[in-house]
Amino acid sequence: MSTLNPTAERFKAIALGTVPPAIGLGLFILVWALVSASTPTIPTPGATFVSAVELFSDPFYNKGPNDMGIGWNILASLERVAIGFGLAALIGIPLGFIIGRFRFFNDMLAPIISLLRPVSPLAWLPIGLLVLQKAEPAAIWVIFISSIWPMIINTAVGVTRVPQDYMNVARVLNLSEWKIVTRILLPATLPYVMTGVRLAIGVAWLVIVAAEMLTGGIGIGFWIWDEWNNLDVAHIIIAIFVVGIIGLLLEVLLTQLAKRFDYDAR
Amino acid sequence: MNAYIQLDNVGMQFNTKRGPFIALREVDLHIQKGEFVSIIGHSGCGKSTVLNLVAGLLDATSGTLLCAGREIRGPGPDRAVVFQNHSLLPWLTCTGNVLLAVEQVFGDKESKAQMLERAHAALELVHLTHANDKFPHEISGGMKQRVGIARALAMEPKALLMDEPFGALDALTRAHLQDELMSICAATQSTVIMVTHDVDEAVLLSDRIVMMTNGPSATVGEILHVELPRPRERLQLADDAAYNHYRHEVLTFLYEKHHKTAA
Repeated sequence: MSTLNPTAERFKAIALGTVPPAIGLGLFILVWALVSASTPTIPTPGATFVSAVELFSDPFYNKGPNDMGIGWNILASLERVAIGFGLAALIGIPLGFIIGRFRFFNDMLAPIISLLRPVSPLAWLPIGLLVLQKAEPAAIWVIFISSIWPMIINTAVGVTRVPQDYMNVARVLNLSEWKIVTRILLPATLPYVMTGVRLAIGVAWLVIVAAEMLTGGIGIGFWIWDEWNNLDVAHIIIAIFVVGIIGLLLEVLLTQLAKRFDYDAR
Repeated sequence: MNAYIQLDNVGMQFNTKRGPFIALREVDLHIQKGEFVSIIGHSGCGKSTVLNLVAGLLDATSGTLLCAGREIRGPGPDRAVVFQNHSLLPWLTCTGNVLLAVEQVFGDKESKAQMLERAHAALELVHLTHANDKFPHEISGGMKQRVGIARALAMEPKALLMDEPFGALDALTRAHLQDELMSICAATQSTVIMVTHDVDEAVLLSDRIVMMTNGPSATVGEILHVELPRPRERLQLADDAAYNHYRHEVLTFLYEKHHKTAA
């Protein structure tokens, strides 16, 4: 097939990039349609689509705290994730630096981290409710605790993986600790930090739905629970798609951001 | 007369998992100001260890090391190192890499503009003005090594320590950089210690060639004075009897007196 002209080559490349995903998506909808045909409580893809159009035609209505548009619910969830995740970054990244740079702190904190990291984030919710007294900060606390581990661990690993060559340069030049951190460690570990950030936002977005189901208020998680109580299954399916798409967007956004900081890839 | 860099009875022992390993013993080496000294030997003979001791990256387990009459304690910008693998920081431009070194030496005495000028001057010395604002990944291996040399020179060090600086380069680039290094040394009167395993490179560049015996517990075997007039031209030297005599001396040392079976 080497006789193909450039236009045909490009067309082929585009086709190869779009046809398999389209087939996959088509099969998914087909299975969904079959399931909904045999189970009357599951709405069909068509009915769900109609419901979604209706839902997103007015995403920002506000009829009191218990009845707000889906847009408000998504924004409320994103806000919680942003605060919890931001606090985790603020504490986790510097902590990772200290652990990676100083053997003493690594030996001191490694057992605690190994012990607490595998704990399900939701197990922390009662502690949050107890200490913080309110549902809202407790949900943020759960996001914080779930997203801090990947950031600590990846940053610490990044610091220990800084090539010895760079550290030799630092030693020969007699760089101060401040300059070692700002001119060498920070840029050299940034790709690792970004990996930690990406993993953390993934976890945070996973956890927010469950946390909100338990705490209530507004937010996409509670909205799903609310629609379950209303027995509006179409809305639940829409919410699943919304959560998936937003998670995907966050992932893509951070991958793009990470690429800009990766000096090895250039 | 006291030597500029002076190693007396230096020994180096590493503590490994399998017990102590004596890398160097009784190394005596006196280097004069402005001298170009090569250290040559088979791999594993501790020639890089000697350089790292002078650089202060390693601490000798015995003996004394002096630079300009002062004891060497740890690394310092007065002894600039050119690493084999250039070791440029990939997130800084060529100027940025050189400037980092300049700031470290002249930071408290000079203005930013003066230091920038120094960085640019150093890059001009290695003919890289056109690459000032390029990042290391945008330039060739030979150019990176030249930035490494510029970074070292910009610090106006008392001694320039080069650890197989051209080892990773192809033969043509290597020859080109050797010529450049000779003219730079002639212009700056630098004191240079260079580790190499290339006999031609050692004879062409050096005033003296320090030949090391095989490790473990390696030491200085012989020292060869290369009394070829400068400037040296590699093409003329190819047929030069004296040049070939020196070359033969080094080869004899390496392959007859201290032959090493392939490791």
